[in-house]
Amino acid sequence: MASIELKNIVKTFPNGASVLKGINLDIADGQFVILVGGSGCGKSTLLNIIAGLETASSGDVAINGVVVNDLPPKDRDIAMVFQSYALYPSMNVRENIAFGLSLRKMPQVEQNATIDYVANMLQITHLLDRKPAQLSGGQRQRVAMGRALARKPSLFLFDEPLSNLDAKLRVDMRSEIKLLHKRLGTTIVYVTHDQIEAMTLGDKIAVMQGGVVEQYDTPQAIYDAPANLYVAGFMGSPPMNLLKGTLTGKAGAYCVQLGEQSIQLHGDTDGAANYLGKELVLGLRPEHMTDAQRAADGAKQTITVPVRIAEPTGADTLVTLEFGAQTALARVHPQAYVSGQSTMTITLDTRKAVLFDLATQLRIA
Amino acid sequence: MKLSRFALYLFLCVAAIYTLIPLYVMLSTSLKTADELRLGNLLSIPMQPSLEAWGKAWSSGCTGVRCDGLKPFFWNSLIVTIPAVLISTMLGALNGYVFTQWKFKGSEFLFTALLIGCFIPFQVVLLPMARVLGMVGLASSVWGLIFVHVVYGMAFTTLFFRNYYVSIPADLIKAARVDGAGFWTIFWRILMPISLPIFMVCIIWQFTQIWNDFLFGVVFSGADSQPITVALNNLVNTSTGVKEYNVDMAAALIAAAPTLLVYMLAGKYFVRGLTAGAVKG
Repeated sequence: MASIELKNIVKTFPNGASVLKGINLDIADGQFVILVGGSGCGKSTLLNIIAGLETASSGDVAINGVVVNDLPPKDRDIAMVFQSYALYPSMNVRENIAFGLSLRKMPQVEQNATIDYVANMLQITHLLDRKPAQLSGGQRQRVAMGRALARKPSLFLFDEPLSNLDAKLRVDMRSEIKLLHKRLGTTIVYVTHDQIEAMTLGDKIAVMQGGVVEQYDTPQAIYDAPANLYVAGFMGSPPMNLLKGTLTGKAGAYCVQLGEQSIQLHGDTDGAANYLGKELVLGLRPEHMTDAQRAADGAKQTITVPVRIAEPTGADTLVTLEFGAQTALARVHPQAYVSGQSTMTITLDTRKAVLFDLATQLRIA
Repeated sequence: MKLSRFALYLFLCVAAIYTLIPLYVMLSTSLKTADELRLGNLLSIPMQPSLEAWGKAWSSGCTGVRCDGLKPFFWNSLIVTIPAVLISTMLGALNGYVFTQWKFKGSEFLFTALLIGCFIPFQVVLLPMARVLGMVGLASSVWGLIFVHVVYGMAFTTLFFRNYYVSIPADLIKAARVDGAGFWTIFWRILMPISLPIFMVCIIWQFTQIWNDFLFGVVFSGADSQPITVALNNLVNTSTGVKEYNVDMAAALIAAAPTLLVYMLAGKYFVRGLTAGAVKG
């Protein structure tokens, strides 16, 4: 079991590229933490620094309160699963799993017991004598996990472990990893670029961009109250609607003017006072713009707006609505939209609306 | 279609015969007796094949004032070639490993510098190398010759191994490090087992280079450590009246035999090693 503290981690490469610009994260013992962000945001570099495979230019990595900056990976009591699986090509599955154990001088009997236990848990017993080249992608993935599990580390590091799997297998393995964490309770740091993976797996998510952690919170908090426009646009599929408008009305009864439409705000709007008469960004998730039948109890406002296009997905129909030159996606019941319909009456749950500063991009309410 | 096939095979056969004729001439001449040679019929099959010329070339032909054949020089060549091939190949493997998986500040520059070694003609280093060998006390010895071949071969072996190891995913090395493997464990247990093809390429290349080398052999060896190429030259150039073509041919075949053997034994790995791509999964 391990807790991790990252203090002001900075990583600058010799060519001057600044990859991490001061990362601070506290990861509690037993937590499943996701580092998520687009490519080049520094998430993998951060993971490598936690592993000890790369060294930070400055800052401290502490595991269980002990600074481990100068400790090599093998002494950090970690195990890692890689995107490419990184199985040793010349060894069969059994030898792959045993490699780390024998290097740690585990007695042979104990090694065999561990391998059997892990193979059993991941259902790879029948593969033990095969070489990696004889395995499918999903099987390799399992072996890579088995190799990490066998070591019984106090910290698991996953570097995009599901990216090379096909869509269905990815969903299966995702729930298996979550189940595994529930069963073992070991701390996990998991890197992914897939926000759905992040939402489904994490106890906490760190959304990263450009070497900075934009927000570090529980999945629900990040979903409901994104810290800034980047997080709002990144998390959620389809992403949050972000509409530029002008704040009108008065304290307690603010409105956002979107072209001809005036959206009344009912949530916590204390931070908005300074923006009266100014432009800001209104954020509202697609499921909070829906048909009357689906609208949550207490949803406040009903508007009728032109429809640009409708995309049925089966469970929902995604309707693109026009607010002047801007558009927003509404998630409605499949029967609420009749093909060919040119306008639609939408119920807004404005209690869920959030506001962002146009210049700083930060959430204000 | 059928005609073009036929034409193709005809051309290939002609080409093969054309290339094989010198070998045939060498082989048949080496099996002829001195009397038969005087008939002057180059392409004829030996009437009374005999290994007499081979025996003479191996153990009693004169190379200058010595008249004990190629045998002692054959061993000289083996004694130089085997350690030189193995040492330069191992160093190349280690260099390739460091240059791809343990890059350090300046390693790219060092690699480039080492590569320049591939382009330096042998003649250029003769004099400086002779001075160096003299200074370290290795002049005119087997060890001196081994040293020269190792130094010269390292540029090539490093290039071979570096290009092979560069396709090995970095994650593989990272995984081994997390598993607790250090520099040498990774080298021996992860990389070595997948390096057979490139080892074969290196061994064939180095063996051919070093065994066939004449210049370094003639310059840096002492009277007792001359390699077979030098001895062959001496044997052919030592004349005692009659030119013994059968002995010359036999001697040339003896000198060429080991490289042919290495190609035959390891040849299938040669092409495979040169074309081997990434190590997948």
